[in-house]
Amino acid sequence: MEFPTRSSPYLPVSNDVSRLMVRVMLALIPGALVLSWFFGWGIIFNLLITTSTALLAEAAVLQLRGKPVRPALLDGSAALTGLLLGLSLPPLAPWWIPVIGALFAIVVAKQLYGGLGYNPFNPAMIGFVVLIISFPLQMTLWSPPTGIGQEGPGFTETLQLVFSGKPPDGETLDSITMATPLDESKTQSGLNLTWDEILSDPRFGHYGGYGWEWVNLAFLLGGLWLWKQRAIQWHIPAGMLGGLFVISLMFYFADADSYGSPLFHLFSGATMIGAFFIATDPVSAATTPRGRLYYGAGIGILVYIIRTWGGYPDGIAFAVLLMNMAAPTIDYYTKPRVFGQREEQDD
Amino acid sequence: MATLLEKPATFHGGLHLSAEKAQSLTGPLKPALIPRRLYVPLSQNIGEPAEAVVKTGNRVLRGQLIARSLGYISAPVHAPTSGVISDIGDYPVPHPSGLSATCIVIDSDGEDRVADSGLKMENVFQSDPADIRQRVRDAGIVGLGGAGFPTAVKLNPGPDHVVDLLVINGAECEPYISCDEALMCCRPNDIIEGIRIMRHALHAKQVVIGIEDNMPNAIDCLQKELTRLDEKEIRITPVPARYPAGGEKQLIYALTGEEVPSQGLPIDIGVVCHNVGTAAAIARAINNGEPLISRIVTVTGAGIHQPCNLDVRIGTPIASLVEQCGGYTDDAARLLLGGPMMGFALRNDSVPVIKTSNCILAANTKELPDPPPASPCIRCAQCTDVCPASLLPQQLYWYAFARDMEKIQDYNLFDCIECGCCAQVCPSHIPLVQYYRFAKTEIWDMEREREKSDLARRRHEARLERLEREKRALEERRARARKSLDKKPKVGNADAKKSEIAAALARVKAKKTESSDVAPRNTDNLTPEQRVKIDEVEQRRSSSKPDGA
Ligand code: SF4
Ligand code: SF4
Repeated sequence: MEFPTRSSPYLPVSNDVSRLMVRVMLALIPGALVLSWFFGWGIIFNLLITTSTALLAEAAVLQLRGKPVRPALLDGSAALTGLLLGLSLPPLAPWWIPVIGALFAIVVAKQLYGGLGYNPFNPAMIGFVVLIISFPLQMTLWSPPTGIGQEGPGFTETLQLVFSGKPPDGETLDSITMATPLDESKTQSGLNLTWDEILSDPRFGHYGGYGWEWVNLAFLLGGLWLWKQRAIQWHIPAGMLGGLFVISLMFYFADADSYGSPLFHLFSGATMIGAFFIATDPVSAATTPRGRLYYGAGIGILVYIIRTWGGYPDGIAFAVLLMNMAAPTIDYYTKPRVFGQREEQDD
Repeated sequence: MATLLEKPATFHGGLHLSAEKAQSLTGPLKPALIPRRLYVPLSQNIGEPAEAVVKTGNRVLRGQLIARSLGYISAPVHAPTSGVISDIGDYPVPHPSGLSATCIVIDSDGEDRVADSGLKMENVFQSDPADIRQRVRDAGIVGLGGAGFPTAVKLNPGPDHVVDLLVINGAECEPYISCDEALMCCRPNDIIEGIRIMRHALHAKQVVIGIEDNMPNAIDCLQKELTRLDEKEIRITPVPARYPAGGEKQLIYALTGEEVPSQGLPIDIGVVCHNVGTAAAIARAINNGEPLISRIVTVTGAGIHQPCNLDVRIGTPIASLVEQCGGYTDDAARLLLGGPMMGFALRNDSVPVIKTSNCILAANTKELPDPPPASPCIRCAQCTDVCPASLLPQQLYWYAFARDMEKIQDYNLFDCIECGCCAQVCPSHIPLVQYYRFAKTEIWDMEREREKSDLARRRHEARLERLEREKRALEERRARARKSLDKKPKVGNADAKKSEIAAALARVKAKKTESSDVAPRNTDNLTPEQRVKIDEVEQRRSSSKPDGA
């Protein structure tokens, strides 16, 4: 009897890239639902547009590169990039905004670098940054979260707004959009209002901005599930949230009137989705255990700096991309001590 | 100085693997049938192969020496049963490469008559450790845990080392393999006796048996034996059942909290580690006079009708064992020697059992399926998290892939124990260990090449030097000869030289004028005008000619 031979190990594998990606997508569901609950149909449209654009772009480029298309689409990475980008875009942005963002993310940030596994930068964040730099106005089109005074546009109005670019009759864009708490707090504190005064506005909810707190809680929940499922390790989220917490606490203690509280920073904007879903993108993150901790902390600190003194309201995308650049260096200097080697032999 | 921890420490990384040991732990340990023909390889240990001391046609008895060891790190080989040597030649042996090697082929006479090995020792605990070592060496005992290092060498820590701790490895962490567990359950007396002999030979201060905590029966049997003997100096410590707890370095760490130095040996931290099977083999050699001619082999997997553990004579073809276990099932599609994590695949079942063969695993495609195709590394670092050696498997992979042999050594390739944890968790299904093996052989080859070219270079340099030397010697000889010639016209040497030079000059001059007197051939048939012209030219030339100097 003849048997085939190959190298060990031989046990069936339980792990798989697509399984990993599917779990991440599942974990995004609570956050996505809460987000669209508060910000309306626009979120759903964004998700549909970014995801389908991402998949089509991935298929097209792979076809052009003469690579097998099916396995790459099935690994779920393109869809996940689309989802993450879609969740970061303002709900009332015109349709071409998500299209351009997704195209850029997949074609330039991912495929031009060689496809899955070879991109040094987080594709979704590249897409986001391209958009916020090129179309700053369209990137502020957030509807007010439902439940505070003004209701956002409904299904048909949103559809009309997104695809024709014209607001419903008798309305202007300004009247149906609203600055996000991060945006608002920056403007206000620029006007020398104290944080107490800023927070007295009902739009700010309890600590992270009305609606945003719930969104962040939902992403936190999904993230914790992901960690329990061993799809991500704790280092990067812990590093990022820890970094953000510590630096915001320091400034808050020093001057509580001018700086937002740690709670505000942890629960507003894209903090939680950033910590658990964006910063943890394995391909572009640091990989050594200690390195991942530093990498996360770096993102947390940069987020605070950009939010507080930078030109953009939320710094997640920039912080992630900046740390992407540092990842190889971090990896190099945080090689773990090999079993049986003395500390001194380490470099 | 190694001391035992109160509670076992957990080593970094590793995996929880489904235990499949129960499959083969079905009944009492049975002796396997002795086949008609046994193939006994000369090389069954790490180190030098043995050298045959019998010839084709010789009759041998069971336990008779048939190949003697060559060198310190080597082990002799004994006849597993009585019979006739029918051939000494190349036959397939169990090796990942599938190559053949020299085997002594014995046709069993079916009588299994035993020879007196002279290994038996009275009063072993009063005797000199060197005597014990010699007998262990003569018995051909090698580590039965898998690597096959000659045991006598490991019983000789040398005068510079104190053995603080003797660790007995009963942590069989690979799924499916249960031969050690079977041994612990069926022959606890042999194991404990062997441990006592080793303790005496090593002057070990402390002894501990590390057993995975998912083998309560084994722990129980050994504990009972210890109680029966009222032996209080040997401790049993259950260690967490996590692969690779049976790896020597991981086990020592779990028991002592100390790390065996990278590229070092346990003795560097005062520890010696032996497998339970080795302990039992020592007891059988010293107490019963039985050299290492058999071992316990697990025959298991869904591809086998009746999985079980068998006491097998070395040299028994695997096919014969499979047959005794009811043969292959219809869906058997894989054949491994060793466990699914670190074993290797066999092309066919014609190879024999050797001293290090612990498990024969015939599996169907459900338990050991073909791996899905590999996709690019997504740098998820899951491999890093499970690596018990704290390496960075994805970096090693990257540099192996890029064939950067320099960098891959910077990333400590040679600390990789090839446990396979990384490949097992890789979501991209990259056959990581395969890359590391490839890189290791590549580097060894490079080393060998370098040694070879070094040798060639040295040879070349030696040759040049020799030529140089010969040339110098020749010159010296010439110089001496000249000197002896010059000695004669010693007086008026300068004048002689001068006149010589003058004579030479004159000769040259003469030659030149002579040559210009010779008319060129192409001036034979010339018109008178041409002739005049030429004569003029010739005249001018000879008048302007320098004086030859
Ligand atoms: S587990 Fe596989 S995919 Fe993940 S980092 Fe390691 S080699 Fe790459
Ligand atoms: S095979 Fe080597 S690199 Fe992979 S986990 Fe084991 S020791 Fe680490």
